[in-house]
Amino acid sequence: MKYFKYLILGTVFGIVLTKAELISWFRIYEMFKFQAFHMYGVIGSAVVLGIFITRFIKARRLKSLSGDPIIIAPKQFSYPRYLIGGTIFGLGWALTGACPGPLFVQVGNGFLVMIAAIASGLLGTYVYGLLKTKLPH
Amino acid sequence: MESLIEFISQPWPWYVAGPLIALVMFGLIYFGNSFGLSANFRNLCSVMGAGKSCEFFDFDWRKQTWNLVFVTGTILGGVIASQFLSGNDTVAISQTTLEELQTYGMADAGVGMMPESIFNFQSLLSLKGIIMIIIGGFLVGFGTRYAGGCTSGHAISGLSDLQPASLLAVVGFFAGGLIMTWLILPSILTL
Repeated sequence: MKYFKYLILGTVFGIVLTKAELISWFRIYEMFKFQAFHMYGVIGSAVVLGIFITRFIKARRLKSLSGDPIIIAPKQFSYPRYLIGGTIFGLGWALTGACPGPLFVQVGNGFLVMIAAIASGLLGTYVYGLLKTKLPH
Repeated sequence: MESLIEFISQPWPWYVAGPLIALVMFGLIYFGNSFGLSANFRNLCSVMGAGKSCEFFDFDWRKQTWNLVFVTGTILGGVIASQFLSGNDTVAISQTTLEELQTYGMADAGVGMMPESIFNFQSLLSLKGIIMIIIGGFLVGFGTRYAGGCTSGHAISGLSDLQPASLLAVVGFFAGGLIMTWLILPSILTL
């Protein structure tokens, strides 16, 4: 039962992504063409509320559900991995019209062919794992 | 109840979806975890035994079960939303987008969530389909792990924590997306 809450939260996330059309290939295309505000509104308002939430957690030293202190780990800064890795992901994002979350939600929406995209994504992650030590980070 | 479902069945505006996504992030943080979907690609590789051949996947994925359950929930959410909470099938993209896609020969622009003329099983046998589904998926899997996160981990969680690394990653996401959409995609769509 300890995992049930994650199932509920995931289900809510899947419904939100579907109902706000965030899993739509068309919406991603439209976003990268700056032809509508929708996607920017979603990400922007999520970040604005997210900043308040993150500040609140840190200022109040909020404890997690299990009573442990909440630690939000800072991300180690460097240029290559974020710029190169980010750009590679961006190319794929515009092709599939989906980031990793939406790929799964698209399958839930009945686009079963996206299982092939997920399988290919797993291969991509695996190849990254093999090349990790040779790539600039 | 019926009118409530009818109300929910309309497409949700950005100012409803954005804050709900932030609350999902809060939920995961409050449960002692973090909001990051692409980590599941690594988890799934590990589940399938990739740890035997590559150190990067040699970790106890059972500790990440929560995230695998979360992503299972997203599939379920997709099923529920499309089966029970769906009003009509058209996506209200802008007229400019619609006309532009039609000039690339996309007859089903704006119909349904995805252009089914491209995203179907037969198209896995065509060059266009292979590029958009298989190569696209590969780049998503490779790029997110290289960048250490995707839209949820960097664009939402990282920016919410004002992390410079995440801002840089988001710049990368958009650089890649803009290059693809403006420079490469027109040639792919007209294949």
